[in-house]
Amino acid sequence: MKKQKILERLMSIVFFITATISIVSVILILLFIVINSIPALKEIGIVQFITGKTWAPANIPASFGLLPMILGSLYVTAGAVLIGVPLGLFTAVFMARFCPEKLYKVLKPLIDLLAGIPSIVYGFFGLVFIVPLIRNTLGGTGDSILAASILLGIMILPTIIGLSEAAIRAVPQSYYEGALSLGATHERAVFTILLPAAKSGIFASVILGIGRAIGETMAVVMVAGNQARIPTGILNGVRTMTSNIVIEMGYAADLHRGALIASGLVLFVFILILNIAFSLMNKKKGA
Amino acid sequence: MFRTKPKSTFYKSHPLSLLIKILVWAAIFITAFVLLFIIAYIFVKGIRHFSLDFFSLHYNSENVSVLPSIITTIYMIFISLLASLPFGIGCAIYLTEYAKETRFVKYIRVTTETLSGIPSIVYGLFGMLFFVTYLKWGFSILAGSFTLSIMILPLIIRSAEEAIIAVPDTFREASFGLGAGKLRTIFKIVLPSAMPGIFAGIILAIGRIVGESAALIYTAGTVAKIPVSGMDSARTLSVHMYALSSEGLNTDKAYATAVVLVALVILINLLATTITKKVGNKQYE
Repeated sequence: MKKQKILERLMSIVFFITATISIVSVILILLFIVINSIPALKEIGIVQFITGKTWAPANIPASFGLLPMILGSLYVTAGAVLIGVPLGLFTAVFMARFCPEKLYKVLKPLIDLLAGIPSIVYGFFGLVFIVPLIRNTLGGTGDSILAASILLGIMILPTIIGLSEAAIRAVPQSYYEGALSLGATHERAVFTILLPAAKSGIFASVILGIGRAIGETMAVVMVAGNQARIPTGILNGVRTMTSNIVIEMGYAADLHRGALIASGLVLFVFILILNIAFSLMNKKKGA
Repeated sequence: MFRTKPKSTFYKSHPLSLLIKILVWAAIFITAFVLLFIIAYIFVKGIRHFSLDFFSLHYNSENVSVLPSIITTIYMIFISLLASLPFGIGCAIYLTEYAKETRFVKYIRVTTETLSGIPSIVYGLFGMLFFVTYLKWGFSILAGSFTLSIMILPLIIRSAEEAIIAVPDTFREASFGLGAGKLRTIFKIVLPSAMPGIFAGIILAIGRIVGESAALIYTAGTVAKIPVSGMDSARTLSVHMYALSSEGLNTDKAYATAVVLVALVILINLLATTITKKVGNKQYE
Protein backbone atom coordinates (compact mmCIF):
# COMPACT_ATOMS: atom_id res chain seq x y z
CA MET A 1 0.00 0.00 0.00
CA LYS A 2 2.79 2.39 0.91
CA LYS A 3 4.59 1.66 -2.34
CA GLN A 4 1.43 2.46 -4.22
CA LYS A 5 1.19 5.89 -2.61
CA ILE A 6 4.78 6.74 -3.43
CA LEU A 7 4.21 5.75 -7.03
CA GLU A 8 1.07 7.90 -7.28
CA ARG A 9 2.96 10.86 -5.85
CA LEU A 10 5.93 10.27 -8.13
CA MET A 11 3.82 10.08 -11.27
CA SER A 12 1.89 13.23 -10.43
CA ILE A 13 5.26 14.98 -10.29
CA VAL A 14 6.22 13.42 -13.64
CA PHE A 15 3.00 14.67 -15.23
CA PHE A 16 3.64 18.10 -13.76
CA ILE A 17 7.10 18.15 -15.29
CA THR A 18 5.83 17.13 -18.73
CA ALA A 19 3.22 19.87 -18.45
CA THR A 20 5.95 22.51 -18.34
CA ILE A 21 7.22 21.51 -21.80
CA SER A 22 5.43 24.27 -23.70
CA ILE A 23 6.59 26.93 -21.29
CA VAL A 24 10.17 25.63 -21.36
CA SER A 25 10.14 25.47 -25.17
CA VAL A 26 8.89 29.00 -25.66
CA ILE A 27 11.42 30.35 -23.15
CA LEU A 28 14.26 28.41 -24.80
CA ILE A 29 13.29 29.59 -28.28
CA LEU A 30 13.04 33.22 -27.20
CA LEU A 31 16.25 32.99 -25.18
CA PHE A 32 18.36 31.54 -27.97
CA ILE A 33 17.08 33.86 -30.65
CA VAL A 34 17.40 36.96 -28.47
CA ILE A 35 20.88 36.12 -27.20
CA ASN A 36 22.13 35.44 -30.71
CA SER A 37 20.56 38.63 -32.06
CA ILE A 38 21.92 41.03 -29.46
CA PRO A 39 25.54 41.37 -30.73
CA ALA A 40 24.36 42.09 -34.28
CA LEU A 41 21.65 44.50 -33.14
CA LYS A 42 24.21 46.32 -31.00
CA GLU A 43 26.63 46.67 -33.85
CA ILE A 44 24.08 47.73 -36.45
CA GLY A 45 21.76 49.66 -34.16
CA ILE A 46 18.12 48.67 -33.75
CA VAL A 47 16.72 51.75 -35.49
CA GLN A 48 19.17 51.48 -38.37
CA PHE A 49 18.38 47.76 -38.65
CA ILE A 50 14.62 48.22 -38.89
CA THR A 51 14.50 51.42 -40.97
CA GLY A 52 17.60 50.94 -43.15
CA LYS A 53 16.71 50.73 -46.81
CA THR A 54 19.71 48.79 -48.08
CA TRP A 55 20.43 45.14 -47.44
CA ALA A 56 23.88 44.50 -48.85
CA PRO A 57 25.86 42.01 -46.78
CA ALA A 58 28.57 41.75 -49.44
CA ASN A 59 29.33 45.48 -49.59
CA ILE A 60 32.32 47.01 -47.82
CA PRO A 61 31.21 48.18 -45.36
CA ALA A 62 28.24 45.86 -45.29
CA SER A 63 24.81 47.37 -44.86
CA PHE A 64 21.99 45.64 -43.01
CA GLY A 65 18.70 47.46 -43.46
CA LEU A 66 15.69 45.22 -43.00
CA LEU A 67 13.06 47.68 -44.28
CA PRO A 68 12.75 46.21 -47.80
CA MET A 69 12.07 42.78 -46.32
CA ILE A 70 9.64 44.10 -43.69
CA LEU A 71 7.75 45.92 -46.45
CA GLY A 72 7.99 42.83 -48.63
CA SER A 73 6.39 40.68 -45.93
CA LEU A 74 3.69 43.29 -45.35
CA TYR A 75 2.91 43.68 -49.06
CA VAL A 76 2.51 39.99 -49.82
CA THR A 77 0.52 39.51 -46.62
CA ALA A 78 -1.79 42.38 -47.54
CA GLY A 79 -2.20 40.89 -51.00
CA ALA A 80 -2.98 37.49 -49.48
CA VAL A 81 -5.60 39.06 -47.23
CA LEU A 82 -7.18 40.92 -50.17
CA ILE A 83 -7.53 37.67 -52.07
CA GLY A 84 -8.01 35.12 -49.31
CA VAL A 85 -10.36 36.90 -46.91
CA PRO A 86 -13.31 37.71 -49.23
CA LEU A 87 -13.08 34.32 -50.91
CA GLY A 88 -12.66 32.51 -47.61
CA LEU A 89 -15.43 34.42 -45.89
CA PHE A 90 -17.96 33.76 -48.65
CA THR A 91 -16.94 30.11 -48.69
CA ALA A 92 -17.38 29.96 -44.91
CA VAL A 93 -20.86 31.46 -45.27
CA PHE A 94 -21.64 28.81 -47.84
CA MET A 95 -20.36 26.01 -45.61
CA ALA A 96 -22.29 27.25 -42.58
CA ARG A 97 -25.58 28.34 -44.11
CA PHE A 98 -25.98 27.44 -47.78
CA CYS A 99 -24.48 23.99 -48.15
CA PRO A 100 -26.74 20.97 -48.66
CA GLU A 101 -25.80 18.27 -46.17
CA LYS A 102 -24.71 15.75 -48.74
CA LEU A 103 -22.42 18.21 -50.47
CA TYR A 104 -20.98 19.23 -47.11
CA LYS A 105 -19.70 15.71 -46.51
CA VAL A 106 -17.64 16.01 -49.68
CA LEU A 107 -16.53 19.61 -49.33
CA LYS A 108 -15.39 19.57 -45.71
CA PRO A 109 -12.61 16.98 -46.24
CA LEU A 110 -11.59 18.84 -49.39
CA ILE A 111 -11.06 22.05 -47.46
CA ASP A 112 -9.17 20.13 -44.77
CA LEU A 113 -6.98 18.76 -47.53
CA LEU A 114 -6.25 22.32 -48.66
CA ALA A 115 -4.69 22.83 -45.22
CA GLY A 116 -2.70 19.61 -45.46
CA ILE A 117 -0.90 20.21 -48.74
CA PRO A 118 2.76 21.01 -47.94
CA SER A 119 3.86 24.57 -48.59
CA ILE A 120 6.62 23.30 -50.82
CA VAL A 121 4.00 21.78 -53.14
CA TYR A 122 2.11 25.08 -53.21
CA GLY A 123 5.36 26.83 -54.00
CA PHE A 124 6.14 24.42 -56.79
CA PHE A 125 2.66 24.84 -58.23
CA GLY A 126 3.15 28.61 -58.11
CA LEU A 127 6.50 28.25 -59.83
CA VAL A 128 5.28 26.09 -62.70
CA PHE A 129 1.79 27.56 -63.13
CA ILE A 130 1.09 30.97 -61.57
CA VAL A 131 4.46 32.57 -62.39
CA PRO A 132 4.36 31.66 -66.13
CA LEU A 133 0.72 32.72 -66.25
CA ILE A 134 1.57 36.18 -64.93
CA ARG A 135 4.62 36.42 -67.19
CA ASN A 136 2.54 35.65 -70.27
CA THR A 137 -0.47 37.80 -69.49
CA LEU A 138 0.82 40.79 -67.54
CA GLY A 139 4.47 40.81 -68.57
CA GLY A 140 7.55 41.09 -66.39
CA THR A 141 9.34 38.03 -65.09
CA GLY A 142 6.29 36.71 -63.31
CA ASP A 143 8.15 36.29 -60.00
CA SER A 144 6.29 39.01 -58.21
CA ILE A 145 4.29 40.34 -55.30
CA LEU A 146 1.20 39.35 -57.26
CA ALA A 147 2.27 35.72 -57.63
CA ALA A 148 3.14 35.46 -53.93
CA SER A 149 -0.13 37.14 -52.94
CA ILE A 150 -2.26 34.78 -55.02
CA LEU A 151 -0.45 31.76 -53.65
CA LEU A 152 -0.62 32.93 -50.03
CA GLY A 153 -4.26 33.90 -50.57
CA ILE A 154 -4.97 30.28 -51.45
CA MET A 155 -2.87 28.98 -48.56
CA ILE A 156 -4.70 30.98 -45.88
CA LEU A 157 -8.13 29.88 -47.17
CA PRO A 158 -8.52 26.85 -44.87
CA THR A 159 -7.66 28.95 -41.81
CA ILE A 160 -10.20 31.65 -42.73
CA ILE A 161 -12.89 29.16 -43.75
CA GLY A 162 -12.54 26.86 -40.74
CA LEU A 163 -12.63 29.49 -38.03
CA SER A 164 -15.20 31.76 -39.70
CA GLU A 165 -17.51 28.83 -40.32
CA ALA A 166 -17.30 27.85 -36.67
CA ALA A 167 -18.00 31.46 -35.65
CA ILE A 168 -21.06 31.71 -37.91
CA ARG A 169 -22.38 28.37 -36.66
CA ALA A 170 -21.98 29.53 -33.08
CA VAL A 171 -24.55 32.33 -33.55
CA PRO A 172 -27.86 31.21 -31.98
CA GLN A 173 -30.45 29.98 -34.46
CA SER A 174 -33.03 32.33 -32.92
CA TYR A 175 -31.17 35.30 -34.45
CA TYR A 176 -31.71 33.85 -37.88
CA GLU A 177 -35.32 32.94 -37.25
CA GLY A 178 -36.03 36.39 -35.87
CA ALA A 179 -34.70 37.98 -39.03
CA LEU A 180 -36.77 35.69 -41.24
CA SER A 181 -39.94 36.36 -39.31
CA LEU A 182 -39.41 40.07 -39.88
CA GLY A 183 -39.47 39.39 -43.59
CA ALA A 184 -35.75 39.19 -44.41
CA THR A 185 -34.63 36.83 -47.15
CA HIS A 186 -32.29 33.98 -46.26
CA GLU A 187 -29.34 35.90 -47.75
CA ARG A 188 -30.23 39.09 -45.94
CA ALA A 189 -30.62 37.31 -42.62
CA VAL A 190 -27.22 35.68 -43.01
CA PHE A 191 -25.35 38.79 -44.09
CA THR A 192 -26.97 41.46 -41.93
CA ILE A 193 -27.66 39.45 -38.78
CA LEU A 194 -25.42 36.39 -38.53
CA LEU A 195 -22.19 37.89 -39.88
CA PRO A 196 -22.21 40.94 -37.57
CA ALA A 197 -22.95 38.62 -34.65
CA ALA A 198 -19.98 36.43 -35.62
CA LYS A 199 -17.71 39.43 -36.12
CA SER A 200 -15.08 38.76 -33.49
CA GLY A 201 -14.65 35.14 -34.54
CA ILE A 202 -14.25 36.21 -38.14
CA PHE A 203 -11.66 38.84 -37.20
CA ALA A 204 -9.82 36.20 -35.21
CA SER A 205 -9.70 33.99 -38.28
CA VAL A 206 -8.29 36.86 -40.33
CA ILE A 207 -5.60 37.50 -37.72
CA LEU A 208 -4.62 33.83 -37.74
CA GLY A 209 -4.55 33.93 -41.54
CA ILE A 210 -2.25 36.96 -41.45
CA GLY A 211 0.02 35.07 -39.09
CA ARG A 212 0.17 32.15 -41.47
CA ALA A 213 0.89 34.39 -44.47
CA ILE A 214 3.61 36.41 -42.77
CA GLY A 215 5.36 33.28 -41.49
CA GLU A 216 5.16 31.30 -44.71
CA THR A 217 8.56 30.65 -46.15
CA MET A 218 9.07 28.00 -48.80
CA ALA A 219 6.10 28.86 -50.99
CA VAL A 220 7.10 32.52 -51.07
CA VAL A 221 10.76 31.86 -51.78
CA MET A 222 9.81 30.02 -54.94
CA VAL A 223 7.54 32.63 -56.52
CA ALA A 224 8.40 36.08 -55.15
CA GLY A 225 11.61 36.79 -57.10
CA ASN A 226 13.54 37.61 -53.90
CA GLN A 227 15.12 40.94 -54.88
CA ALA A 228 16.18 42.68 -51.68
CA ARG A 229 14.94 46.14 -52.56
CA ILE A 230 11.82 48.14 -51.91
CA PRO A 231 9.30 47.18 -54.61
CA THR A 232 7.44 49.82 -56.62
CA GLY A 233 4.62 47.78 -58.17
CA ILE A 234 2.81 44.49 -57.76
CA LEU A 235 4.68 42.98 -60.71
CA ASN A 236 8.01 43.70 -58.99
CA GLY A 237 9.91 40.94 -57.32
CA VAL A 238 10.07 41.12 -53.57
CA ARG A 239 11.90 39.45 -50.70
CA THR A 240 10.18 38.72 -47.42
CA MET A 241 11.80 38.39 -44.01
CA THR A 242 11.28 34.64 -44.10
CA SER A 243 12.79 34.14 -47.55
CA ASN A 244 15.74 36.32 -46.61
CA ILE A 245 16.62 33.92 -43.81
CA VAL A 246 16.28 30.79 -45.97
CA ILE A 247 18.26 32.21 -48.87
CA GLU A 248 21.21 33.65 -46.97
CA MET A 249 21.58 31.54 -43.84
CA GLY A 250 23.44 28.87 -45.81
CA TYR A 251 26.54 30.99 -46.32
CA ALA A 252 26.18 33.75 -43.74
CA ALA A 253 28.84 34.29 -41.10
CA ASP A 254 29.56 36.64 -38.18
CA LEU A 255 27.62 39.91 -38.37
CA HIS A 256 25.62 38.76 -41.40
CA ARG A 257 24.50 35.65 -39.53
CA GLY A 258 23.60 37.72 -36.49
CA ALA A 259 21.57 40.07 -38.64
CA LEU A 260 19.61 37.16 -40.11
CA ILE A 261 18.87 35.77 -36.64
CA ALA A 262 17.80 39.26 -35.61
CA SER A 263 15.38 39.32 -38.53
CA GLY A 264 13.99 36.07 -37.14
CA LEU A 265 13.48 37.96 -33.89
CA VAL A 266 11.62 40.74 -35.73
CA LEU A 267 9.42 38.06 -37.29
CA PHE A 268 8.83 36.51 -33.87
CA VAL A 269 7.77 39.88 -32.46
CA PHE A 270 5.31 40.34 -35.35
CA ILE A 271 3.79 36.93 -34.58
CA LEU A 272 3.62 37.65 -30.84
CA ILE A 273 1.71 40.88 -31.54
CA LEU A 274 -0.71 38.97 -33.78
CA ASN A 275 -1.10 36.28 -31.10
CA ILE A 276 -1.98 38.85 -28.48
CA ALA A 277 -4.50 40.42 -30.87
CA PHE A 278 -5.93 36.97 -31.50
CA SER A 279 -6.40 36.13 -27.83
CA LEU A 280 -7.98 39.55 -27.23
CA MET A 281 -10.46 38.78 -30.02
CA ASN A 282 -11.21 35.41 -28.46
CA LYS A 283 -11.75 36.95 -25.07
CA LYS A 284 -14.28 39.36 -26.56
CA LYS A 285 -16.06 36.45 -28.14
CA GLY A 286 -16.33 34.72 -24.78
CA ALA A 287 -17.73 37.79 -23.02
CA MET B 1 -40.42 24.93 -41.76
CA PHE B 2 -40.75 28.65 -41.92
CA ARG B 3 -38.71 28.87 -45.01
CA THR B 4 -40.67 27.89 -48.04
CA LYS B 5 -38.95 27.24 -51.29
CA PRO B 6 -38.56 30.58 -53.12
CA LYS B 7 -40.60 30.84 -56.27
CA SER B 8 -38.87 31.71 -59.47
CA THR B 9 -40.13 35.28 -59.23
CA PHE B 10 -38.91 35.56 -55.64
CA TYR B 11 -35.46 36.91 -56.43
CA LYS B 12 -36.89 39.42 -58.92
CA SER B 13 -38.10 41.49 -56.02
CA HIS B 14 -34.88 40.86 -54.09
CA PRO B 15 -32.09 41.46 -56.58
CA LEU B 16 -29.46 42.05 -53.89
CA SER B 17 -30.22 38.71 -52.28
CA LEU B 18 -29.86 37.04 -55.65
CA LEU B 19 -26.49 38.71 -56.16
CA ILE B 20 -25.29 37.54 -52.76
CA LYS B 21 -26.50 34.04 -53.41
CA ILE B 22 -24.54 33.98 -56.66
CA LEU B 23 -21.43 35.33 -54.92
CA VAL B 24 -21.60 32.70 -52.19
CA TRP B 25 -21.95 29.87 -54.68
CA ALA B 26 -19.17 31.37 -56.80
CA ALA B 27 -16.89 31.42 -53.75
CA ILE B 28 -17.27 27.73 -52.97
CA PHE B 29 -16.95 26.93 -56.63
CA ILE B 30 -13.66 28.84 -56.90
CA THR B 31 -12.28 27.33 -53.68
CA ALA B 32 -13.08 23.78 -54.70
CA PHE B 33 -11.87 24.37 -58.23
CA VAL B 34 -8.51 25.78 -57.08
CA LEU B 35 -7.86 22.78 -54.85
CA LEU B 36 -8.88 20.19 -57.42
CA PHE B 37 -6.94 22.02 -60.11
CA ILE B 38 -3.73 22.06 -58.07
CA ILE B 39 -4.00 18.35 -57.31
CA ALA B 40 -4.96 17.41 -60.86
CA TYR B 41 -2.18 19.57 -62.33
CA ILE B 42 0.47 17.95 -60.13
CA PHE B 43 -0.81 14.44 -60.82
CA VAL B 44 -1.22 14.79 -64.57
CA LYS B 45 2.17 16.41 -65.02
CA GLY B 46 3.97 14.25 -62.50
CA ILE B 47 2.72 10.74 -63.04
CA ARG B 48 4.51 10.22 -66.33
CA HIS B 49 7.87 11.01 -64.74
CA PHE B 50 7.59 7.94 -62.57
CA SER B 51 9.99 5.15 -63.29
CA LEU B 52 11.63 2.32 -61.43
CA ASP B 53 14.97 4.05 -60.98
CA PHE B 54 13.11 6.94 -59.36
CA PHE B 55 12.95 4.62 -56.38
CA SER B 56 16.44 3.15 -56.65
CA LEU B 57 18.65 2.80 -53.60
CA HIS B 58 21.41 5.06 -54.78
CA TYR B 59 21.34 8.72 -55.36
CA ASN B 60 23.57 10.37 -57.91
CA SER B 61 23.43 13.28 -60.27
CA GLU B 62 22.15 11.14 -63.16
CA ASN B 63 19.58 9.31 -61.15
CA VAL B 64 17.76 11.52 -58.69
CA SER B 65 16.26 8.76 -56.56
CA VAL B 66 13.51 9.62 -54.15
CA LEU B 67 14.02 6.57 -51.94
CA PRO B 68 16.65 7.98 -49.54
CA SER B 69 14.40 10.91 -48.74
CA ILE B 70 11.44 8.59 -48.13
CA ILE B 71 13.54 6.62 -45.66
CA THR B 72 14.70 9.84 -44.00
CA THR B 73 11.11 11.01 -43.73
CA ILE B 74 10.15 7.80 -41.94
CA TYR B 75 13.08 8.15 -39.49
CA MET B 76 12.09 11.74 -38.90
CA ILE B 77 8.47 10.81 -38.16
CA PHE B 78 9.50 8.14 -35.66
CA ILE B 79 12.04 10.18 -33.75
CA SER B 80 9.86 13.29 -33.63
CA LEU B 81 6.89 11.36 -32.30
CA LEU B 82 9.06 9.47 -29.85
CA ALA B 83 10.32 12.75 -28.45
CA SER B 84 7.02 14.60 -28.56
CA LEU B 85 4.39 12.07 -27.47
CA PRO B 86 5.44 11.47 -23.84
CA PHE B 87 5.54 15.19 -23.17
CA GLY B 88 2.43 16.03 -25.18
CA ILE B 89 0.25 13.30 -23.69
CA GLY B 90 1.74 13.81 -20.23
CA CYS B 91 0.88 17.49 -20.46
CA ALA B 92 -2.67 16.65 -21.58
CA ILE B 93 -3.08 14.22 -18.66
CA TYR B 94 -1.86 16.87 -16.26
CA LEU B 95 -4.25 19.46 -17.70
CA THR B 96 -7.28 17.18 -17.57
CA GLU B 97 -6.73 14.91 -14.58
CA TYR B 98 -4.58 16.83 -12.14
CA ALA B 99 -4.62 20.58 -12.69
CA LYS B 100 -7.05 23.11 -11.36
CA GLU B 101 -7.54 26.40 -13.18
CA THR B 102 -4.45 28.07 -11.81
CA ARG B 103 -2.12 30.67 -13.23
CA PHE B 104 0.27 27.85 -14.15
CA VAL B 105 -2.39 26.27 -16.37
CA LYS B 106 -2.98 29.63 -17.99
CA TYR B 107 0.74 29.90 -18.79
CA ILE B 108 0.64 26.42 -20.31
CA ARG B 109 -2.24 27.41 -22.54
CA VAL B 110 -0.72 30.72 -23.63
CA THR B 111 2.64 29.16 -24.47
CA THR B 112 1.03 26.25 -26.31
CA GLU B 113 -0.94 28.76 -28.36
CA THR B 114 2.27 30.68 -29.01
CA LEU B 115 4.05 27.52 -30.16
CA SER B 116 1.35 26.86 -32.74
CA GLY B 117 1.77 30.37 -34.13
CA ILE B 118 5.55 30.44 -34.49
CA PRO B 119 6.57 30.29 -38.18
CA SER B 120 8.48 27.19 -39.18
CA ILE B 121 11.51 29.20 -40.26
CA VAL B 122 11.83 30.54 -36.70
CA TYR B 123 11.76 26.93 -35.47
CA GLY B 124 14.47 26.26 -38.00
CA LEU B 125 16.59 29.12 -36.64
CA PHE B 126 16.09 27.90 -33.08
CA GLY B 127 16.95 24.32 -34.03
CA MET B 128 20.10 25.54 -35.73
CA LEU B 129 21.15 27.67 -32.76
CA PHE B 130 20.24 25.16 -30.04
CA PHE B 131 20.51 21.58 -31.33
CA VAL B 132 23.00 22.05 -34.14
CA THR B 133 25.34 24.64 -32.64
CA TYR B 134 24.84 24.79 -28.87
CA LEU B 135 24.44 21.05 -28.28
CA LYS B 136 26.94 20.41 -31.10
CA TRP B 137 24.79 17.81 -32.83
CA GLY B 138 25.64 19.25 -36.23
CA PHE B 139 23.26 18.99 -39.17
CA SER B 140 21.57 15.73 -38.31
CA ILE B 141 18.32 13.81 -38.35
CA LEU B 142 18.29 14.08 -34.58
CA ALA B 143 18.50 17.88 -34.62
CA GLY B 144 15.78 18.02 -37.27
CA SER B 145 13.49 15.62 -35.44
CA PHE B 146 13.81 17.40 -32.13
CA THR B 147 13.02 20.72 -33.80
CA LEU B 148 9.93 19.15 -35.34
CA SER B 149 8.95 17.51 -32.06
CA ILE B 150 8.54 20.96 -30.49
CA MET B 151 6.62 22.12 -33.53
CA ILE B 152 4.02 19.35 -33.30
CA LEU B 153 3.60 19.67 -29.51
CA PRO B 154 0.55 21.98 -29.65
CA LEU B 155 -1.19 19.59 -32.00
CA ILE B 156 -0.52 16.56 -29.79
CA ILE B 157 -1.45 18.36 -26.58
CA ARG B 158 -4.71 19.70 -28.00
CA SER B 159 -5.92 16.47 -29.55
CA ALA B 160 -4.96 14.40 -26.50
CA GLU B 161 -6.64 16.88 -24.18
CA GLU B 162 -9.85 16.87 -26.21
CA ALA B 163 -9.86 13.08 -26.37
CA ILE B 164 -9.31 12.71 -22.62
CA ILE B 165 -11.99 15.27 -21.77
CA ALA B 166 -14.44 13.33 -23.94
CA VAL B 167 -14.05 10.25 -21.73
CA PRO B 168 -17.11 10.35 -19.44
CA ASP B 169 -16.58 10.79 -15.72
CA THR B 170 -18.67 7.68 -15.04
CA PHE B 171 -15.75 5.62 -16.38
CA ARG B 172 -13.43 7.13 -13.81
CA GLU B 173 -15.98 6.81 -11.03
CA ALA B 174 -16.56 3.16 -11.81
CA SER B 175 -12.83 2.54 -11.77
CA PHE B 176 -12.38 4.34 -8.44
CA GLY B 177 -15.40 2.47 -7.12
CA LEU B 178 -13.74 -0.84 -7.89
CA GLY B 179 -10.76 0.26 -5.85
CA ALA B 180 -8.33 1.33 -8.55
CA GLY B 181 -6.03 4.23 -7.79
CA LYS B 182 -5.74 7.38 -9.84
CA LEU B 183 -2.72 6.17 -11.78
CA ARG B 184 -4.32 2.86 -12.64
CA THR B 185 -7.51 4.62 -13.71
CA ILE B 186 -5.53 6.87 -16.04
CA PHE B 187 -3.52 4.11 -17.68
CA LYS B 188 -6.12 1.32 -17.74
CA ILE B 189 -9.35 3.26 -18.27
CA VAL B 190 -8.89 6.84 -19.45
CA LEU B 191 -6.03 6.50 -21.92
CA PRO B 192 -7.37 3.41 -23.72
CA SER B 193 -10.76 5.10 -24.16
CA ALA B 194 -9.09 8.26 -25.44
CA MET B 195 -6.78 6.35 -27.80
CA PRO B 196 -8.65 6.92 -31.10
CA GLY B 197 -8.72 10.69 -30.54
CA ILE B 198 -5.05 10.75 -29.62
CA PHE B 199 -4.30 8.66 -32.67
CA ALA B 200 -6.09 11.12 -34.96
CA GLY B 201 -3.88 13.84 -33.53
CA ILE B 202 -0.78 11.76 -34.16
CA ILE B 203 -1.77 11.30 -37.78
CA LEU B 204 -2.22 15.02 -38.25
CA ALA B 205 1.20 15.51 -36.67
CA ILE B 206 2.67 13.05 -39.17
CA GLY B 207 1.11 15.17 -41.91
CA ARG B 208 2.91 18.21 -40.58
CA ILE B 209 6.22 16.39 -40.35
CA VAL B 210 5.91 15.12 -43.92
CA GLY B 211 5.09 18.58 -45.22
CA GLU B 212 7.70 20.55 -43.31
CA SER B 213 10.72 21.97 -45.09
CA ALA B 214 11.69 25.40 -43.78
CA ALA B 215 12.45 24.10 -40.28
CA LEU B 216 14.63 21.30 -41.60
CA ILE B 217 16.99 22.91 -44.08
CA TYR B 218 19.25 24.35 -41.38
CA THR B 219 18.77 21.60 -38.80
CA ALA B 220 18.82 18.29 -40.69
CA GLY B 221 20.62 19.65 -43.72
CA THR B 222 20.16 18.52 -47.30
CA VAL B 223 22.36 15.48 -47.84
CA ALA B 224 20.63 13.13 -50.29
CA LYS B 225 21.98 9.78 -49.08
CA ILE B 226 20.29 7.05 -47.09
CA PRO B 227 21.14 7.94 -43.49
CA VAL B 228 23.02 5.37 -41.43
CA SER B 229 22.62 6.88 -37.99
CA GLY B 230 20.62 9.63 -36.32
CA MET B 231 23.63 11.89 -36.38
CA ASP B 232 23.75 11.88 -40.19
CA SER B 233 22.52 14.81 -42.17
CA ALA B 234 19.69 13.88 -44.53
CA ARG B 235 16.80 15.39 -46.45
CA THR B 236 13.12 14.52 -46.10
CA LEU B 237 10.77 14.35 -49.08
CA SER B 238 9.76 18.00 -48.76
CA VAL B 239 13.34 19.21 -48.50
CA HIS B 240 14.26 16.93 -51.39
CA MET B 241 11.57 18.58 -53.44
CA TYR B 242 12.79 22.05 -52.52
CA ALA B 243 16.33 21.12 -53.50
CA LEU B 244 15.16 19.70 -56.84
CA SER B 245 13.00 22.63 -57.79
CA SER B 246 15.47 25.29 -56.71
CA GLU B 247 18.31 23.61 -58.59
CA GLY B 248 16.06 23.71 -61.65
CA LEU B 249 17.85 20.78 -63.32
CA ASN B 250 15.39 18.06 -62.47
CA THR B 251 11.99 19.65 -62.79
CA ASP B 252 10.45 16.39 -63.97
CA LYS B 253 11.69 14.63 -60.84
CA ALA B 254 10.33 17.49 -58.78
CA TYR B 255 6.94 16.85 -60.37
CA ALA B 256 7.16 13.18 -59.50
CA THR B 257 8.21 13.96 -55.94
CA ALA B 258 5.25 16.33 -55.67
CA VAL B 259 2.97 13.45 -56.68
CA VAL B 260 4.43 11.27 -53.92
CA LEU B 261 3.98 14.07 -51.38
CA VAL B 262 0.42 14.94 -52.37
CA ALA B 263 -0.59 11.27 -52.45
CA LEU B 264 0.87 10.83 -48.95
CA VAL B 265 -0.97 13.87 -47.65
CA ILE B 266 -4.28 12.72 -49.15
CA LEU B 267 -3.77 9.32 -47.54
CA ILE B 268 -2.95 10.86 -44.17
CA ASN B 269 -5.99 13.14 -44.33
CA LEU B 270 -8.30 10.28 -45.27
CA LEU B 271 -6.98 8.26 -42.35
CA ALA B 272 -7.46 11.15 -39.92
CA THR B 273 -11.02 11.77 -41.12
CA THR B 274 -11.95 8.11 -40.84
CA ILE B 275 -10.63 7.87 -37.31
CA THR B 276 -12.32 11.08 -36.22
CA LYS B 277 -15.60 9.85 -37.67
CA LYS B 278 -15.27 6.57 -35.81
CA VAL B 279 -14.66 8.43 -32.58
CA GLY B 280 -17.67 10.64 -33.23
CA ASN B 281 -19.89 7.64 -33.92
CA LYS B 282 -18.85 5.73 -30.86
CA GLN B 283 -21.36 6.48 -28.15
CA TYR B 284 -20.30 6.33 -24.55
CA GLU B 285 -23.30 4.96 -22.73
